[in-house]
Amino acid sequence: MKLFWKTGEPYVLATGAALAIILVMSLALVGVVMTNGLGYFWPRSLVKYVLADGTTTLGQITQEENNPITGKKRIQLKVANRDLLGQDFRWIDEKDVVSRSLPPDALLLERREHGNFFGFLTGVTAEGVSLTASEPYGQLQQALRVVSERMKATAGIKQQMSNLNNSAERSRLKLLKLEFKGVELNKAAITELASSREKVLADFAHLNEQVTATLADINRITAQFTDVSGATKDIALVEIVALQQPNSMSFIAKCGAYLERVRELLLDDPRESNTEGGLFPAIFGTVMMVLLMSLFSLPFGVIAAIYLREYARDGLVTRMVRIAVNNLAGVPSIVYGVFGLGFFVYGIGGSLDTLFFPERLPTPTFGTGGILWSSLTLALLTVPVIIVATEESLASIPKGIREGSLALGATKFQTLMKILLPMATPGIMTGLILSMARAAGEVAPLMIVGVVKLAPTLPFDTNFPFFHMDRKFMHLGFHIYDVGFQSPNVEAAKPMVYVTTMLLLAIVIIASSTAIYLRNRMRSRYTTSTF
Amino acid sequence: MEPAQQQEKNQPILSVTNLNLHYGAAHALKNVNLDMARNQVTAFIGPSGCGKSTLLRCFNRMNDLVESARIDGSIRFNGGEINDPATDVISLRRRIGMVFQQSNPFPKSIYENIVYGLRISGVNDKATLDEAVERSLKSAAIWNEVKDRLHDSALGLSGGQAQRICIARAIAVNPEVILMDEPCSALDPISTLKIEELIEELKKSYTIVIVTHNMQQAARVSDVTAFFYMGELVEAGGTRMIFTNPEKKQTEDYITGRFG
Repeated sequence: MKLFWKTGEPYVLATGAALAIILVMSLALVGVVMTNGLGYFWPRSLVKYVLADGTTTLGQITQEENNPITGKKRIQLKVANRDLLGQDFRWIDEKDVVSRSLPPDALLLERREHGNFFGFLTGVTAEGVSLTASEPYGQLQQALRVVSERMKATAGIKQQMSNLNNSAERSRLKLLKLEFKGVELNKAAITELASSREKVLADFAHLNEQVTATLADINRITAQFTDVSGATKDIALVEIVALQQPNSMSFIAKCGAYLERVRELLLDDPRESNTEGGLFPAIFGTVMMVLLMSLFSLPFGVIAAIYLREYARDGLVTRMVRIAVNNLAGVPSIVYGVFGLGFFVYGIGGSLDTLFFPERLPTPTFGTGGILWSSLTLALLTVPVIIVATEESLASIPKGIREGSLALGATKFQTLMKILLPMATPGIMTGLILSMARAAGEVAPLMIVGVVKLAPTLPFDTNFPFFHMDRKFMHLGFHIYDVGFQSPNVEAAKPMVYVTTMLLLAIVIIASSTAIYLRNRMRSRYTTSTF
Repeated sequence: MEPAQQQEKNQPILSVTNLNLHYGAAHALKNVNLDMARNQVTAFIGPSGCGKSTLLRCFNRMNDLVESARIDGSIRFNGGEINDPATDVISLRRRIGMVFQQSNPFPKSIYENIVYGLRISGVNDKATLDEAVERSLKSAAIWNEVKDRLHDSALGLSGGQAQRICIARAIAVNPEVILMDEPCSALDPISTLKIEELIEELKKSYTIVIVTHNMQQAARVSDVTAFFYMGELVEAGGTRMIFTNPEKKQTEDYITGRFG
């Protein structure tokens, strides 16, 4: 027995067990997220139940469990039709079920408002559109195509309107500025600008009328549906985002529908207070914020580390600074959020406003949360990681390499730039990976300095100056919190939480793998030791 | 030859007078006086910690990097005072090159390793660099081994090759003196032999100061040998004289292996 302890085998087993536990935990985490997230988009059958009290219900099975009161099995159905039934989900006890069937013509509509609709098609009303198909489903699809073509035609006008709107807004700000400088002084300019703005607004109003008329026309194309209990519903075709008959779809058609939903998720805007539709603005916001953050924290951290390691005299002060920097990484992130609000948003942002945009006050421009302040706050949060990583990798470069460079007549600065920094890059990259992963997942400070539930515009667009650093933005981490815990329809939002989590994980993994790939390439170039 | 040039030729290239060096409280070099002649190989021998490497590092002011080092006394290089604070350390190090105990090629290509010294002094002309690479690799007797892979990483070379690359790198900036700090202590006998042959060859154009633990090596390659013990220069003189008929008993004991 003594020998058994002496061999060290129990300790080896303990280390193995610790590793195994960590592996199991991370795999379980990814597994739970993946199974809940990936299944969400798969078209599920619409099951029709006839219940003991004579009523019928149509829905997708979301879960089955034992009723906590009676102990009998019960089924949760997503019945949709929120506008008719008042809620999306209902429980039915299995003992009440008389019969169940899968009606092949049961229809699932994704609508722009009021959530999904489950029911049956009865007819299509389309004045002025010739529908050649004989049965209603074919007519519906024809009508949908016509509607989407007409919508595309209005898109051009809408773009014009958006441009007009932008130029009107710009001239409004210019007017404000001129008026602020003195109405008397710039009288001519003001009247000229005001009249041109009036013209722009008139153009806008004209186009707006045009679009409204067209939309009213399109809105008259509708289809009639009944739900399973026989209630009728007239739905305008513009309201329909997608439709499917899940009970009669082939496997390949289901795959197609699945991919279409994934595309929508990645590239479209959210709907229904974020519980439906896509996540594009949140993905874009997260990625842009992390990149901006790296842009600030990387150079700043590396330069600070170089000073600490190479130039600062090693004494009490240097050691204190080093300890302080290491401890900064451990400060709770909400503290950074509060600091960012006080320092960046109110301090710097407020001063910028009084200096450069006094005419717009009290409406803040930079004196309110935005992507710039969020990135700076997170840069502050992650800079210690980069400083520590850079210092470590500079310290690990063999003394002989420095001396070799200096002995050839290089200055300290040349040695640093040509030899030391390239050799330290893999280590610096490691720091950057860690800080990017941290920044992408951070929510608490962002809630204070610029993340919003729904941003009307992206922080990047085709209007000068392209990057709008003062704009608020959406973020996947905050999206999880908001959809999961602040949503009016929590049950419907549950799968969305998993999908968003999966995306956030994916972004972190993609960003880290790219950085790790780059680091390994550099590492193979700069490894020392030749023996 | 002009008399003035003749005179310069006969003057020692490096001359150490009353040199004392302290590392904090430790007295590492005690009142050293030594002259080194042009185009000769001078070997420093002595047991570990006797101060021979420290003296070597005084010649190109590498001791500046050690904060606790304090130097008094004078080292003259071609008549100019090395320890003068006004001395341009950068140009001094270009004129006095150094090869270290551990070969320390930079993590760059062989080509870039050789031209490093030239590039940092502002030479960027391709033809000049190419010429310097070929000349210095040939003088370091490694041209034939690496001429086909000049742009491969220098980290892939064997220890002996890497050390010769380091010698070539030192030669590339055309120094007058090459300091070698135990250049063969990490190498196998065959690589050592190659480096020794190289030293024989290099002394025609350069003055070489070599620190070595290996007394056979000192006997083989050097013209003048200096024996150090506990920070003092015990004895210096022609190598043959030191190895066959040393004046001091301490020297004889060390050479015959009775201590150290």
